[in-house]
Amino acid sequence: MDLENQKRVKEFAEQYGPENIVVLLGAAEGEASGLAAETVTAGDPTYAGPLTGVSLGLTVYHVCEPEVKAEFDDAVYDEQVSMMEMVLDVDDIINEMSAIRDEHCKYLG
Amino acid sequence: MKSVIKGAGYILVHTPDMVLHNGTTQTTERIVNPESEYLKELPSHIRSFDQALSYWPNQVYIGNKHPDELAEVAQPWCDKACDVSDRFGPFGQMMPQEEFLLLMQACDVFGLVKLEQGFADAHRAALAANPIMDETILARIPETQTAGEEIARLVSEEHSEGLYHNGTLVGCVNRAHDIDVNLSAHVMHENLVSKASSVMALLSAVKNAGISKEDVEYVVDCAEEACGDMNQRGGGNFAKSAAEIAGLANATGSDARGFCAAPAHAMIEAAALVASGAYKTVVVTAGGCTAKLGMNGKDHVKKGLPIMEDMVGGFAVVLTQDDGVSPEINLDMLGRHTVGTGSAPQAVISSLVTNPLDKHGLKITDIDKYSPEMQNPDITKPAGAGDVPLSNYKMIAALAVKRGELQKADLATFPVKHGLTGWAPTQGHIPSGVPYIGFARNDIMAGKLNRVMIIGKGSLFLGRMTNLFDGVSFVIQANTGAEKAEAGVSEDEVKGMIAKAMKDFAATLLAQAE
Repeated sequence: MDLENQKRVKEFAEQYGPENIVVLLGAAEGEASGLAAETVTAGDPTYAGPLTGVSLGLTVYHVCEPEVKAEFDDAVYDEQVSMMEMVLDVDDIINEMSAIRDEHCKYLG
Repeated sequence: MKSVIKGAGYILVHTPDMVLHNGTTQTTERIVNPESEYLKELPSHIRSFDQALSYWPNQVYIGNKHPDELAEVAQPWCDKACDVSDRFGPFGQMMPQEEFLLLMQACDVFGLVKLEQGFADAHRAALAANPIMDETILARIPETQTAGEEIARLVSEEHSEGLYHNGTLVGCVNRAHDIDVNLSAHVMHENLVSKASSVMALLSAVKNAGISKEDVEYVVDCAEEACGDMNQRGGGNFAKSAAEIAGLANATGSDARGFCAAPAHAMIEAAALVASGAYKTVVVTAGGCTAKLGMNGKDHVKKGLPIMEDMVGGFAVVLTQDDGVSPEINLDMLGRHTVGTGSAPQAVISSLVTNPLDKHGLKITDIDKYSPEMQNPDITKPAGAGDVPLSNYKMIAALAVKRGELQKADLATFPVKHGLTGWAPTQGHIPSGVPYIGFARNDIMAGKLNRVMIIGKGSLFLGRMTNLFDGVSFVIQANTGAEKAEAGVSEDEVKGMIAKAMKDFAATLLAQAE
């Protein structure tokens, strides 16, 4: 995950409390989604950014996951996301994201 | 008035030593981790000139192979030798590093490039034999060069940027100012490489277009470098400075910038300049970029692959007034990502692809071929960036399905039918849509294609001035034939006017009679 984005996520978590934050990803494939999810939960796996060694355990989803899709106005989702939903390997993304969430998320009910 | 594509030039320069000394991945590593395994391992992954010549994507870039032929070759390509390994092709050439260092010196009008006497003497004849070189360019290379000891002193004591060949220091680029970082040896080196490769592209394009150098009235440079001093960092002008060396005596020019989208912007601007009648012949040109050499080198070395980002790229396209046969740019069918478009991929692709088509009642499938970001997947896939052109085609196809213009079952075949396999070096602006213009011109003129769309996209956030995305697109189509005279009235129109006048007159008479 971009170092500047790591910094912003860390600052938001400090400002609003990690239990009040949901990180929404839009990465183009499973592996990249998993890496970003790992960064905001377990810490930066590349040991390069501000989240190195910082396990925020934030709640994190990809925008194409069904839990997130259900929260959207259908028309907005159709206009903004549906084209990419057709292009992306959504199942692979769901697998990657679920695995990371199950292992590292601290605030899932 | 219409503007047509009269010809194009595509060149590559094999720069293995610049990968090691000037690519930012390597220069950064040397600062933060000078003893790294990567730096130790890297030299053994560098390709020879012969290997670069027989690399499939390179042969496509200079036009010896067609993208359709490349698509038939199973990936990866770096372990397969192309059956053509010519240095010259219909679009341009691949120049070896030693010749290019001499050309850099020819392009330097401030005496900053120093070459070791023996090196210059050994390779002068090779540059002179290059078909695009002429006496005026060769005469810019001084007979008396510099001693090796002096070059070593300049590099160690005067902050000069070393020029290496096969690991040996053979020259240097001096700084152009003692304290101005914009004129440092590093920046001057980067800019002179851009300029020299642009000169090569200009000379190739003018030759391929079959025009004379005197015909060129304006040059637009769309590379990604900036030249200027501390009072005007990006003042310019690469376009005019390259035109000077290329011998385009009747040309002036200017630089257009817009990251990777700049070539598409520049093409539209050039087409508009010609169509408006402002200039009769305009050339869009760009040289390559040393900073991006070996950009994904860490991933390539880690995976045991050769360093494939060892080529500086360049291109130039000649646009002229209508000749009745060359493909034309349809200035009434332009795609634009505007400030208000937003950054969702769907909005981006709609603004660039479907908005201009909708204006003419065309469907996505009415464009025969799309040329978006044509990065070579052999380079990007091992680095985790995927197949960039293919991703673009999938998005365009998905949009076509959403619009009901394509069956969902045809999603997989769309990239084959309407797309191309990427072959361009990852030099930022170089792969951005424009590598296809040369092939598009040929295929449209051969009647194989009717319409192609060139799409340029740019990541503006890199300049930290805006987070907005950017992109523009344009359509190249078969020449629609002789243009209608703009002044005057046709016979049919005259008949219509007379008929209307008589009818009005009759109505007046009738009214009076009543």
